[in-house]
Amino acid sequence: MAAKKKKQVTLHVPSAPFRPGDKASFAPFENEPGDLPRPNPIKCTASETTDHAYGLVRVLDFDGNASGPWDPELTPDELREGLEHMVRMRIFDDRMMKMQRTGKLSFYMRSFGEEAVAIAQTMALENQDWIFPTYRQPGAQFVRGRDMVSMINHCIGNVEDNVKGRQMPVHYTYRDGRFISVSSPVGTQFSQAVGVAMASQYKALDECCITWIGDGSSAEGDYHYALNFASVFKPPVILNIVNNQWAISTHANLASGNPTFAARGLAYNVPSMRVDGNDFLALYAVTKWARQRAAAGEGATHIEVLTYRAGAHSSSDDPSRYRPGDEHEAWPGGDPVDRLVQHLVAIGEWSEKQQKELEERVDGEVMAAYKEAVTYGDLANGPYPSADTIFTEVYEEVPWHLQEQWDEMKKWSVD
Amino acid sequence: MPEMNIVQAVNSALDIMLEKDPDVIFFGEDAGYFGGVFRTSDGLQEKHGKHRVFDTPLSEGGIAAIAFGMGINGLRPVAEIQFADYIFPAYDQIVNEIAKVRHRSGGEFWCPLTIRTPAGGGIRGGHHHSQSPESQFTHTSGINVVYTSTPYNSKGLLISAIESNDPVVVFEPKRCYRGPFYGDPHNVPTWKDHPEAEVPEAHYTVPLGKARLAMEGTECTVISWGAMVHVSEQAIKNCGISCDLIDLQTLVPWDKDAIIKSIEKTGRCVIVHEAPKTSGFGAEMAASVQERCFYHLEAPIERVTGWDTPFPHTTEWDYMPSPARIADAIMKTMEE
Repeated sequence: MAAKKKKQVTLHVPSAPFRPGDKASFAPFENEPGDLPRPNPIKCTASETTDHAYGLVRVLDFDGNASGPWDPELTPDELREGLEHMVRMRIFDDRMMKMQRTGKLSFYMRSFGEEAVAIAQTMALENQDWIFPTYRQPGAQFVRGRDMVSMINHCIGNVEDNVKGRQMPVHYTYRDGRFISVSSPVGTQFSQAVGVAMASQYKALDECCITWIGDGSSAEGDYHYALNFASVFKPPVILNIVNNQWAISTHANLASGNPTFAARGLAYNVPSMRVDGNDFLALYAVTKWARQRAAAGEGATHIEVLTYRAGAHSSSDDPSRYRPGDEHEAWPGGDPVDRLVQHLVAIGEWSEKQQKELEERVDGEVMAAYKEAVTYGDLANGPYPSADTIFTEVYEEVPWHLQEQWDEMKKWSVD
Repeated sequence: MPEMNIVQAVNSALDIMLEKDPDVIFFGEDAGYFGGVFRTSDGLQEKHGKHRVFDTPLSEGGIAAIAFGMGINGLRPVAEIQFADYIFPAYDQIVNEIAKVRHRSGGEFWCPLTIRTPAGGGIRGGHHHSQSPESQFTHTSGINVVYTSTPYNSKGLLISAIESNDPVVVFEPKRCYRGPFYGDPHNVPTWKDHPEAEVPEAHYTVPLGKARLAMEGTECTVISWGAMVHVSEQAIKNCGISCDLIDLQTLVPWDKDAIIKSIEKTGRCVIVHEAPKTSGFGAEMAASVQERCFYHLEAPIERVTGWDTPFPHTTEWDYMPSPARIADAIMKTMEE
């Protein structure tokens, strides 16, 4: 029997809260530092984290003071180390973006506004822990000691690129730092990281795996596979959703009907937290807590890292076509670098002068790394990795049919 | 007649179908407000409303599944998958569900949906913004597979796909969105003054299942689709052999009559595609040509394809078939 027509005939499609020409406004953070308790990481149930999943874990206030049970009490040296990594990330990104505009890279993606995420979280881990990143967590490599020249070699696809020109820029691989290869299809790493952690669990090793997914990509099946497997098998995995509120032009309200991403973990019975992603100390503390759970065999933690994508999605993107443009300046979480500087100054361990000197030193180091890297070639001018690299490492050994095509390719190679 | 590039031609096809048929709706990632990362739906949400042109969650499996549900409930959905490389989360829905629903339900349900997706290399897209996965769909009965090459056929074939009561997967050659590609990465022409860029404003169709004779000749038949049609054209010009160049346009069902007629005339056949060789659609073409035209063949059939490897980033010009490789294959058929 055919249904009768109802009055309301419109499909419900959410709108972004602001678009070009609008003045962006954000609700202020509801939680202050100290509002949320720090449960014992061992034996913490998912339901004990309900307030954390709907609230926001904070340590730093907007005057630069740290307080509350989540204060990780880092030493000034540790804080300065975190700051240096973040400053390096930002300067590195700016340099790469300039090189992209001159054709030395085909493409680039900055971490602008989100530098604290990978850096604070990786610093909270042990060096044996696995990192399964997206393209927005290259900063983890600085923490793990990767040489910038090597990173630039990859981005500009020259003969020294460790992935041999096969992947687009920013798709880093750094096995020595236990930083697993970045892949373009969004979300895939999230469930794979659960498998990495299950292997650690199987081998009874003291190591965990940290991974990230975007607010947008958490709509992929992989997000749900990850939480479900993590819930069932309880492997040592830290599952982060970086809610930077934009997936290219798509606002987070199209990724989920639940405005709090963290809360979705509760339904999987996985302890879940929402944390200020521009608060270096809160991020560090929550990650440390998750690592303690993982190390104790308590299984996964699900973390929503609340931040704002201050820049474009990538060098191919023009956000002025879909959002106001300066709205990140109104983001209540502010800027992660400025906030850590403010804290260090507030505790008498840093000054404007020192910050300026740091920026100048790091800028010089980035420039020197860039100058060295281009001596090995770049995308605009070559030399590139040999075209032979098309055929190597497809399999462990080259099968006959690839060998035949490889021989054929050599006759025509343009490189 | 107005001149359009492929982006404008696709936009025009969508616009016309949204205007013409209230059951047509269009959706995809960044496809609504923003108008698509390649701008193919620019302005359509504003014109036709948010309930008819909208953004979806980043969920290709979900996109294909809701398109299926809408299709069996009387709508004529058109879904965009942002890059063909990202169609695989939707593969289960397409292969096991969309392709089989008419058959499995004894004809009681069917799914008139269209999935369109930019495919192919030449944009420095590396492994995951360059693949040409058409043969992963031609291997499944119950869906038709289209691969466009020009503004004219991109519009006409898309309209045919939307009007078809069967599901159709339409691949669009993203390297050719704003101009044809002749195999020289440093030469970036626009569609300006290209005869296939003359595109009527109004509704028209290019029928599914019909090939286009892009060049006419006598000595050899070159069969291709997508961006490789233009690279083949360049190769034919370079080698000076008189060739039929058949732009297949629809891979399933392919145009048997056009192929047989041409091979019976030329007696030689070269198949060109940028997807890898093994189990590529060229294998199907080669087998079919020898089944149907064996006694007309003067020489073994040649295939020029991408290599059986992942698609590279910096060395993509060594991966994609070049005019030189295609010309060499044509000359080989002439040696017999």
